[in-house]
Amino acid sequence: MSLTNVINISGSGMTAQSVRLNTTASNLANAETVSSSIDTTYRARKPVFQVLQDSLINRDFSAVDLETDVGSGVKVAGIVEKDAPLDIRYEPTHPMADENGYVYYPNVNVVEEMADMMSASRSFAVNVEVFNTAKTMLQKTLTMGK
Amino acid sequence: MSAISFQNALSIHPQALLVRAGRSEVLANNLANADTPGFKARDFDFQAVLNGEVEKQRSLEMNTTNNRHIGGRVQEDYDLQYRWPTQPSIDGNTVDDNVENAEFTKNAMAFNASFEFLNRKFNGLTNAIRGE
Repeated sequence: MSLTNVINISGSGMTAQSVRLNTTASNLANAETVSSSIDTTYRARKPVFQVLQDSLINRDFSAVDLETDVGSGVKVAGIVEKDAPLDIRYEPTHPMADENGYVYYPNVNVVEEMADMMSASRSFAVNVEVFNTAKTMLQKTLTMGK
Repeated sequence: MSAISFQNALSIHPQALLVRAGRSEVLANNLANADTPGFKARDFDFQAVLNGEVEKQRSLEMNTTNNRHIGGRVQEDYDLQYRWPTQPSIDGNTVDDNVENAEFTKNAMAFNASFEFLNRKFNGLTNAIRGE
């Protein structure tokens, strides 16, 4: 039935958004993780979302067609590191400074991460709302004729 | 005297309920993909689908060449359309959280209304059968 699918869909949304919240937490926690070389510096991580399609097994082959294929939720296709340049500061007295006196800070933009966090938590809440509504609708259909 | 026919007694409400449930799936998928780059919000015209669905239920009956054949009907998918975005976003996603949320809530309320109608029909039938 479609309503059980709604529960799966909003569940996949919640999972995806919590992954996003997780990466944001990791980014914020590592915002000040300094290092003495470019290669070992932490880089901000971002999840990439993708529409989740029904598995081919469950699919009616006569109905495979982009117009009717809505997808059945969302999945995290992967987590990528941000391309933005690292924050290189000249701090010769810093214990992690390299031989030229430079310290490498991650490319984490705290303001951007906070905005991402708000967006993720709001999207999560929307999915919870959808989940609850679908649950009420399902429970209601079970009382039919009573 | 004819027996009680479910088809006639329940009228359009079972189909309406199914179409509402189907639409909630489409809208939930839109909301779940609110942050997916390039995702296009989908929806269908409830009125058109319901009309078409009833039309199909009437027209697409299977042929029976023997009276022992079990009758059946062909179900088709809905005609899905794309939501017209009010504000384009840079990653090509056309989901507007607030619009989809409003549509989902409206759809859920309409589902409840259809359910109430159907439930009353059943209550009426039960009363008729009991003859109390």
